Amino acid sequence: MSGHTITRADLAEAVYEEVGLSRNESSDLVESVLDEMMDALVEGDNVKISSFGSFSVKEKGERIGRNPKTGVEVPIKPRKVLVFRASHVLKDRINKGE
Amino acid sequence: MTKSELIQRLAEKNPHLYLRDVEKIVDTIFDEISAALANGDRVELRGFGAFSIKERDARMGRNPRTGESVYVEAKRLPFFKTGKALRERLNDGYDGDDDGDDEAAPGYFGSGE
Repeated sequence: MSGHTITRADLAEAVYEEVGLSRNESSDLVESVLDEMMDALVEGDNVKISSFGSFSVKEKGERIGRNPKTGVEVPIKPRKVLVFRASHVLKDRINKGE
Repeated sequence: MTKSELIQRLAEKNPHLYLRDVEKIVDTIFDEISAALANGDRVELRGFGAFSIKERDARMGRNPRTGESVYVEAKRLPFFKTGKALRERLNDGYDGDDDGDDEAAPGYFGSGE
């Protein structure tokens, strides 16, 4: 584990190097990709990226939770959560560490 | 939405770009995230979410059908935690989570699992 954190700026830099657009435009396009994905998810659509993974929105019903510090029970409202499932290609790549 | 639909939508909004460049942009982004995770790095995209790796030790598992013990090798698994802004957008402004950060905290097993 090298323990670095990759951010938007690193993705924009990679796009800049690979595609040859300006740095500004590369960074705008990284943002656009994330925006398109978020818009689709907010509309309730799943996002499937082959050989990477899929993002889907799950509806969670109301349940009674507990404040782990105080032990007090609190209702947790119904809500939507985003679930990411990594593809086998990604899982294999991570385990080979290439 | 599939990857090709994502590419299509981006291409429509960026008519000055060649389709092959839009493809390359999308592939580069996901390849970069995958490479970072393979390298043991975290990927933090504020507002969207954070990808991280969890290490799982080797263990003795059990075949649930036969009850037989099987050795499960140590492995690394990718995790994703949804960012605060996206979580709020999914819930009409209400933050369904608790801690108010965008970090995939150690020991946090995915979003709402």
